[in-house]
Amino acid sequence: MKRRTRRSIPTKYTLLAVTVLCVLVMFVSFTMNISGGPLNTVAGYIFVPMQNGINKVGSWIVSRADDLASLRNVQQKNKELQAKVDKLTQELNTIKLEQYELDNLRELMELDQKYPSYEKVAARVIGNDGGNWFSTFLIDKGEKDGIEKDMNVIAGSGLVGIVIDTGPNYAKVRSIIDDASNVSGMALSTADRCIITGNLVSMNKERVIGFSDLKCDDNAVVTGEQIVTSHISDKYLEGILIGYVNTIERNSNNLTYSGTIIPAVDFQHLQEVLVIKDKKKTPSD
Amino acid sequence: MRRKLAVFLIITVCFLLQSTLFQSLSFASISPNLLIVVTSSFGFMRGRKEGMWIGFFSGLLLDIFFGSVIGFYALIYAYIGYVNGFFRKRFFPDDIKLPLILIAASDLSYNILVYLFLFFLRKRFEIGYYFLNIMLPELVYTILVTIALYFIILKINNKLEETEKRRASKFV
Repeated sequence: MKRRTRRSIPTKYTLLAVTVLCVLVMFVSFTMNISGGPLNTVAGYIFVPMQNGINKVGSWIVSRADDLASLRNVQQKNKELQAKVDKLTQELNTIKLEQYELDNLRELMELDQKYPSYEKVAARVIGNDGGNWFSTFLIDKGEKDGIEKDMNVIAGSGLVGIVIDTGPNYAKVRSIIDDASNVSGMALSTADRCIITGNLVSMNKERVIGFSDLKCDDNAVVTGEQIVTSHISDKYLEGILIGYVNTIERNSNNLTYSGTIIPAVDFQHLQEVLVIKDKKKTPSD
Repeated sequence: MRRKLAVFLIITVCFLLQSTLFQSLSFASISPNLLIVVTSSFGFMRGRKEGMWIGFFSGLLLDIFFGSVIGFYALIYAYIGYVNGFFRKRFFPDDIKLPLILIAASDLSYNILVYLFLFFLRKRFEIGYYFLNIMLPELVYTILVTIALYFIILKINNKLEETEKRRASKFV
C-alpha cells in the first residue's frame, strides 16, 4: 500500500479554504468588474479549438442530413419563392422611388445619413450556456479579431445581444432574451422609450420577451409596432431592430404601458452572427 | 498523474459535449447537466477531497465561459462534490440505485441553488413554474444520460484504481 510521507490537511479545511477563495474571487470580480484575465486566455486556447472542431463536424452532419431532407421541398419552395420575388421586386421599386425622394429631401435638409454603415465582423456560434437558466453563448472571434467588451451583436437585421467578456480567440455574448438582460428601446414611429427585459418564463412559454415603462399617448403604440434600440442607451447603438410588439397593456398607474415583444432574431437556430465593431460613444469615453 | 490526466479528459469531454452537442439535442430547450454527473460520481466513488476538487474545476470552467462572476459555479460544484463524498462508505459499484439517487439529488440541489441566488434574488418568484419547466425536465434528462455516462466513469475509475494498486504493490 501507498505510504503517506506527510500528513495531509483534513479535507474540511481545504473546503473552507476553497469557499473563502471562491467568495473572495466572486466579490473581486463583481466589484472590480473584471473576469478571468489569464484564466480566459488559458481556457480559450485549450477549449475553443475543440468546440470549433465539434461544431464543424456537427454542422457538416446536419447539412448533409438537411440536403437529403430538403431536396423534396426545394422544388415547391422555389415556386413559392419565385412568386414572392416578383411581389417583392414590385415593392422594392416603390421603395426605391421613396428612397430617392427621401435622399433628395435629406440633401435639402443637409442631414447626414442617419444610420452610418457600421463595420461588422461575422462570427460563428460555437457554444451555448451549459445550463438551462441563462442564454449566453460563445462566438469564435475574440480580442485578436478586434472584438471588445460592449460591442453590439446582430444577426440578419435584428439585435442579438452584447459582448460581455472576451478571450484571445473567443467572446462571450449575452443575448437579449437572457433573463438578466435589459435593453433601452423605443417605438420606431413615435420614439417613445421603454425598457426591454429578457425573461426566461415568457421566452419558454410563448417565445416573447417583456417590455415595460413605455410612456406614450393613448393607443399611440399598437401591436406590430417595431421596437428599436433607443438613442439614450449607453451601450447599444441607436436604431437596431429588437422586435415587434406582441401584446400591450396599460399599467395600473395609468401612466405607462408594458407588454411583450417578439424578437426579430430566431434565437433557437442562431449559427452565425455579426459583431458591430463600432461602439457607442458616450461622453465618459 | 495518470488519474489527473484522465479526470481532466473526462471533464473536458463532458464540458464540450454539454456546450455543443447536447445543446443541439435538447428537448424543449432543456439540456442535461453532464458536469454534475461527473462531480457527483467522483464524489461518492473517491471521497470528499477528490469530489471537491473535481467539482471546483468543473465549476470554474463554467464560470470562465458562461458565468457572470468567477467563482459562483465553482463554489456550488465544490460543495456538491464534497457532500457526495460522505456517501463513499455506502457506495457499491454494482448497485446503481444509490448513484442515481445521489446524482438526482445533486442536480436538483444545484438547480435550486442557482434559482435562489440568480433568480429569486432578482424578484423572479414563480418557483412552481421554474420547478416544473426547468428543474424537473433537466432532472429527468440528466438521469437518462447518467445511466450511460455513469458506467463509463465507473469503468474508467476501476481501471485507474487497478493500475494504481499494481503500481503501489510493486514498491512494497
